Amino acid sequence: MSENTNEGVLTGALATDRKDAWWVGPLLTAMGLGAFGVYSTIRAFANADYEWGPYLSPFYSPLIRIPGLNVSPAFLILWAPAGFRATCYYYRKAYYRAFFQHPTACAVNEIHGHSYRGETSFPFIFQNIHRYFMYVAVLFIGILWYDAISAFFFPAADGTRHFGMGLGSLIMVVNVLLLGSYTFGCHSLRHVIGGKMDCFSCTSFGKVQHKTWLGVSWFNNRHMLFAWCSLFSVGLTDFYVWLCATGRINDFRFF
Amino acid sequence: MQPAKAETGTISRLMRVFRGDKNRSELKEFTIKQHPGMVVLDAIHQIQADQAGDLACRWNCKAGKCGSCSAEINGRPRLMCMTRMGDFEPGETITVRPLKAFPVIKDLVTDVSWNYEINKKIKPFTPKPKNADGTWRMQQYEIDRVQEFRKCIECFLCQDVCHVLRDHDKKSEFGGPRFFVRAASLEMHPLDTADRVPMIKDSLGVGLCNITKCCTEVCPESITITDNAIIPLKERVVSRYFDPLAVLWHKITGLPKQPRGGE
Ligand code: SF4
Ligand code: SF4
Ligand code: FES
Repeated sequence: MSENTNEGVLTGALATDRKDAWWVGPLLTAMGLGAFGVYSTIRAFANADYEWGPYLSPFYSPLIRIPGLNVSPAFLILWAPAGFRATCYYYRKAYYRAFFQHPTACAVNEIHGHSYRGETSFPFIFQNIHRYFMYVAVLFIGILWYDAISAFFFPAADGTRHFGMGLGSLIMVVNVLLLGSYTFGCHSLRHVIGGKMDCFSCTSFGKVQHKTWLGVSWFNNRHMLFAWCSLFSVGLTDFYVWLCATGRINDFRFF
Repeated sequence: MQPAKAETGTISRLMRVFRGDKNRSELKEFTIKQHPGMVVLDAIHQIQADQAGDLACRWNCKAGKCGSCSAEINGRPRLMCMTRMGDFEPGETITVRPLKAFPVIKDLVTDVSWNYEINKKIKPFTPKPKNADGTWRMQQYEIDRVQEFRKCIECFLCQDVCHVLRDHDKKSEFGGPRFFVRAASLEMHPLDTADRVPMIKDSLGVGLCNITKCCTEVCPESITITDNAIIPLKERVVSRYFDPLAVLWHKITGLPKQPRGGE
């Protein structure tokens, strides 16, 4: 053994004995989140082509138009879903790994020194307000259901609305189902709804709370899956509305 | 690495094993005879028997239940006794190093005593008084949650992989995933009356965990450490310290009565 050397210890940024493609996960995450970030920013600034027939893009819902205010209505509402996702326990994991490299992958040496403060100092200490975004997000699910149902009532030339179903109507329903599955798996909701209890049999509604907690836990187990599915569905729903609104395609009408 | 497959015949396999202590160390190469059904711990024992009688390793049950044989096998924190040699490609060299997060005593044996010091900080089980008939009662459905945490075998693989300990060496401020599991098992117990929330925030430093889930990925008992123990504890800390409405509510009504219906 050589004198006073520690050759047995892996040192240096990103050093690891792992032989699998540990960098693929963070790379795909960064690409996925990056692509969505770029697309949604462009669409939010566009301030156009967000409505067609009975369809309303989720980036613009609820639609708040303030006369005289020269700002895209998307910005009046996007803080809510953006804040919800940015402070979501799943997305935190995803971007801490993919963007902040804390850590890049498990048991792969970090690239940083010892300045790590986790979620104890600014700005990440603000992750602790996630439950407030959750309350708003639950409200938004109601609003998006309203939009999805409205998407079955097509306006006629005389101003009346007729029941019908287009591909867009289905897309909007699938989107709100996926968004609901994501939102109702929220870790903060899981706490508020029953996770905070220690003794379910000690209170009158404990049993009901326990059942609800189990329900939220089911979605919570699949939180990452629904986080990605709903992210794609929101983007695709907006894209479909944009395609119709700009006349690039004709909405496919079932009846 | 491939999932378990049928193994036939004996092959020879190149192993690289960490030798040394915390000051001086190197990787030593050994060629071993790999028989069907062998696990990494068997290979280490074979090296001890035939090639390096002074190779130090810790083990006990060889059944994945004592938590002694933790090591890093091809970069992954795992139990040596539960890692089958046949799961690696025939030509693949297998590298075995000790847990990186703890000081090496010799070869594959590390000093994990820091964990026992952390454990002492956690207020033990404090049950409420017995019922009039001299018994305690609780329902299976409400104890399921803490039973998951009781599966822990204290292998400390989660402590080893956690970047807060492994890369940032925050041992003076952070308890690590194993002790969030233990704190959660007590804190969520339907009979327990102690309040550990301030300790979870301050001495265990739950805020330093950034929920990146490496602990959950390595746990040989498949405990959902991050989602079921750490995040629920973080939420309890939020209610006590960060949620303005909850903080105000507790100011007015006082902390919930023990055992708590929740805060
Ligand atoms: S989830 Fe938290 S405790 Fe677990 S490894 Fe990551 S930082 Fe450490
Ligand atoms: S929680 Fe899992 S990984 Fe951590 S010490 Fe217990 S059994 Fe090992
Ligand atoms: S020897 Fe007991 S867990 Fe491996």
